[in-house]
Order: sequence, then structure tokens, then C-alpha cells
Amino acid sequence: MTTLTSALRTTPVTAPPARFRDLIASEWIKMRSLRSTPWTIALTLLFVIGSTVVATQADKAAPSGPDDLFRPHDAYPPAGYWTLILVAGTVGALTVVSEYNSGLIRTTTVAVPARGSVVLAKAAVIAALWTAVGTAASTGSFLVSQAILAGRLAGVPITHPGVFRALVASALLAPVCALVGLGLGVLLRHAAATMVTSVFTLVMLPPMFSEGSRWSADIKHALVSAAWNRLIQTWEPEPGSLGYTATVPGSWIVYTLWPLIAIALAVLVVRRRDV
Amino acid sequence: MIEVSELTKCYGSKRAVDHLSFTVRPGQVTGFLGPNGAGKSTTLRMILGLDAPTTGAATVSGVPFHRHPRGLRHVGALLEAGQVHGGRSAAAHLSALARSNGIPRRRVDEVLQEVGLTEVADRRIGGFSLGMKQRLGIATALLGDPPVLMFDEPINGMDPEGVRWVRRLFRRLAAEGRTVFLSSHLMSEMENTADQLVVIGRGRLIAAESVRDFAARGTRSSVMVGTPRAAELAAVLTAAGASVEPEGSAGAEKLAVTGIPADRIGALAFENGIRLNELTTRTASLEVAFMELTADSTEYQAGQPR
Repeated sequence: MTTLTSALRTTPVTAPPARFRDLIASEWIKMRSLRSTPWTIALTLLFVIGSTVVATQADKAAPSGPDDLFRPHDAYPPAGYWTLILVAGTVGALTVVSEYNSGLIRTTTVAVPARGSVVLAKAAVIAALWTAVGTAASTGSFLVSQAILAGRLAGVPITHPGVFRALVASALLAPVCALVGLGLGVLLRHAAATMVTSVFTLVMLPPMFSEGSRWSADIKHALVSAAWNRLIQTWEPEPGSLGYTATVPGSWIVYTLWPLIAIALAVLVVRRRDV
Repeated sequence: MIEVSELTKCYGSKRAVDHLSFTVRPGQVTGFLGPNGAGKSTTLRMILGLDAPTTGAATVSGVPFHRHPRGLRHVGALLEAGQVHGGRSAAAHLSALARSNGIPRRRVDEVLQEVGLTEVADRRIGGFSLGMKQRLGIATALLGDPPVLMFDEPINGMDPEGVRWVRRLFRRLAAEGRTVFLSSHLMSEMENTADQLVVIGRGRLIAAESVRDFAARGTRSSVMVGTPRAAELAAVLTAAGASVEPEGSAGAEKLAVTGIPADRIGALAFENGIRLNELTTRTASLEVAFMELTADSTEYQAGQPR
């Protein structure tokens, strides 16, 4: 009895100041302690870089572009990077949807009544983790495709116009989608609804709109995967092209606004709603 | 100290909690009782700032709980035991919570020891029994060494040893001067644990008083008397000021006597030469008092259309 009582009393009751970095550390512990996290990341990287190998090899069989300009594009095939979009969006959403599903969110909220800070801490951890994964994926893709192309004396240096931009845009695709997924997860809370909505907005929506008419092109260009498509193009659109093409600065703005708006809405809503 | 005043929560047109006011004081174990659906969990959630009240207010140590940027040092709460991520280990779950509140890591080992989960600390919570999850929930509540503790149905799923342990723990936490607030729909859980009771039914306050006062409110104690000469004895007892209800079947008549104690009934029978087969005092249990008081306010009653 005495020992038990002392066990309860050893911690001083004086509370240290509430620090945001403690919340980040806490969310990092949660992320790290799930077995699925390293597996998901490893498999995703394998698939993304693997798809680059396949795409670059295929390019050898049928020479595509009029010149070298199209070659860096091989590094970022849609099959691989749309998968990255799906996985990042889903994992981002799950970090919060799983808390709502299990009820853990209540325990979390009692521990940290400042709900907005919890969402921001989750966003910080997700952004950091998926920027790392995205950078590994896009650098890996670039190096692997260059290694294959160099074998055919068709390599393109990183200093080539647009090549570095493509690498950065592909690296940031993962955190952008993960943050959008997190925001949707907070807003919708329901697993299936969140998955369907994030897949729909991130992947299914852009092909619905064409670049043939102004309004349709405007909607398309405001979507994340279309912005990524523009940013990895190392060639400039032909002046005589019939379609409307997104601008590079506009595409960067789309990249910034989607996660910003998603997280801002999430923080606003989470403060007002019953847990 | 927990203070609830005029707390009301409406879901659409339904009032889950209806102008509820009560105070939970430190240094005592206070039971929070009500039938299923009485609004206990909703009330606890409002005290913890998880749900916003429609009207009214709740404070913990004088402050609305949601104003604290970090909560674990102010209130420890066990909500539902299932509210954990099954894929994490108990140690990781507690470490993440401790870290968010700037609580040192060694505290995690202390509370795991305290609730007896040290050996399974690194096992995934998904494989835990309900009783183990309850213990983990209690560990979570103890993490910040808080002055106020709230437990929602803490005894659910615990084995008898666990129940004894948890009762001793609650008594000890109260003896240390903490506010201990336990919800339950079973009166029997409170009989040996709580000092004070807050009883609600359909969201309204039914009683807020000591366990002893509450028991006394229910059926007054009655005496069962078995005798072959029931009619005669009934007349004698009625004349002595008792109220008598005949019970039992023909040939084995019994009388339920209220208003005079058993020894007085024995003496009256002896004086009148009436033989007794049985003389048993039935004390009102808390359970009976609870059933009587909440009978009108039970939300879901089996087999009785309202």
C-alpha cells in the first residue's frame, strides 16, 4: 500500500508550459509505433521506383519524343505517382480517421483540450514524413531512370531546364496529398466516406475535365494531380496548341492552396464540433 | 471538485441531459448512477469539454475543462475502455499521451506497474481482454497524477480480483484528497465503494446525497413473519400500530410487517400465545432503493410498453 501510494506521488504536480513540440513528438510516437507505417512506406517506394524502371525501359522500345526533352518525363510515370497520391492521401486521412473510429480521439482530446493544436501537430508530422518519402521516391525515380537512359547515352542532367522542378514537384506531391487527406479525414471522420472523397478529388476528378474549353480547363488546372502534371513537363507548350495549358506559377499556387485550405478548414471545424 | 450547473444537452428534440446540477467534492468517492440511457456518459463528456452543452455549464476545479491547453495534470478520465488503437502497444499508447502533456517517460512505467500491466507493456492492445483494457484506461487516467478522476463504467469486464483491486484504488485515491467520480448503471458496484451518490434518470437529477441517506429513502425495512395463525397475528400487530400485508400461499401464510421491529413482533406473538415459524428482517438494499427511484425514469424497459 505504501509503495503504491509513493508510486502515485513521485511526479511533481507543477505543470510545465504547454509546448507545441511536445505535441509533435507525441504524434510522431503514434505514427512510429504502428507496424503498418514502415511497411506502407517501403512498399510504396518500391512500387513508385519500380514503375519508373518499367516506364523508362518501355521508352527504349518505342522512341517517343522528338528529342531528349521528353526523356526526363519518363522518371515520373502516372502509374507510380498516382499510386503515391492514393497512398499518401489515404495514410494522411487514416491518422485521424482511425482515432475517430476507435474513439481514441476522445482520450486524445481529454489529454489535449486544444483541439486545433492536435490537428496542426498531426499535419506537421505528416508533412515531414511524407516530404521525406516523396523526396526519396522522386530522387530515386530520377536516378534510376537516368541510369537506364545513360546506358543509351540519353541521360539528362539535373541542370537541364525543368528537370529540377519536376523532381521537387514530384517530391512534394506526397505531402500535399497526405495533408489534403488529413483535412478531409477531420472534416468527414468516417473511414469509407473519407477514402472515397479523397480518391475522387485527388485522382478521379482531373480526367473528368478537358483542356479544350476555358471553364473546364480552369477547373482541371485547380486540381492537385493536374498541377503536378504541368510541373513535371520539361517542355513548354506549343504556341499554336489548341488546348489551354496551366501556367507553372499557377500550378505551384494550386500545390500550396489545397493543403492550406484543407488544414485551415479542419482546424476551424474541429474546434466547434462535439468529439 | 466538479461543479455542474443547469447543464442541458439536446440532440434534435430529445433532451439527453435536462437542467442537471450537482457538485462532486474532493476526498470522497462519488458514484454517478442511472439506468442505461439516463445521460451519464453525455454528462461526463460535457464535463470533459468533449461535447458542448446546449445550455448550462460544468467546471472542474473552478475552470471549464476545455480552457486548459493540456489536460492530463488536471483531470484523469477513463471513458470507454475500447477507445485505444489496437495496433499500438500499451507502452506506446501511454508514451504518446504522456509526451503530449510534457510528462516524463518514467511515469509510464510507474502507472503500468500500478495497474499491473508491466509484463504486457509491449504487447499490442488489440490482443487485450476487456479487463486489461480497463486497467490500461485507468493507467491513462493516473498518468498526470491529477486531482480529479472520472471513470465511466470502470468495473465492466473485470474479474473479481480486478474489482477488488479497483475498489481499493478508488478508496485510496479519495483518501489522498482527490475527487473521484465513477459512473455505473449497477447500484451493487457502488455499495462498497462510494460515499456519495448522484442519481439521474432521463437526464434529470433524482438524488444527490450520501449512500446511507439514499438507502434510507427506498423501501423501509420490513419484517417477514411466518405463522399458522396469520389472521390473528395480523389483528394483534395492526392494533400495535404496524401495517401488515399478507403474503405467501394458503397453508403457508406469511405477513410482511412494516412499522415495528422484529423483537417487538416476537414479544407480541409470545404474549398472545401465537406460534411463529419465521421472523426475518428484510433491510432495504441500495439496489431496491435505486430501482424504486428510477422506475419511472427508465429509458428502455423490457416488456412494458409505455
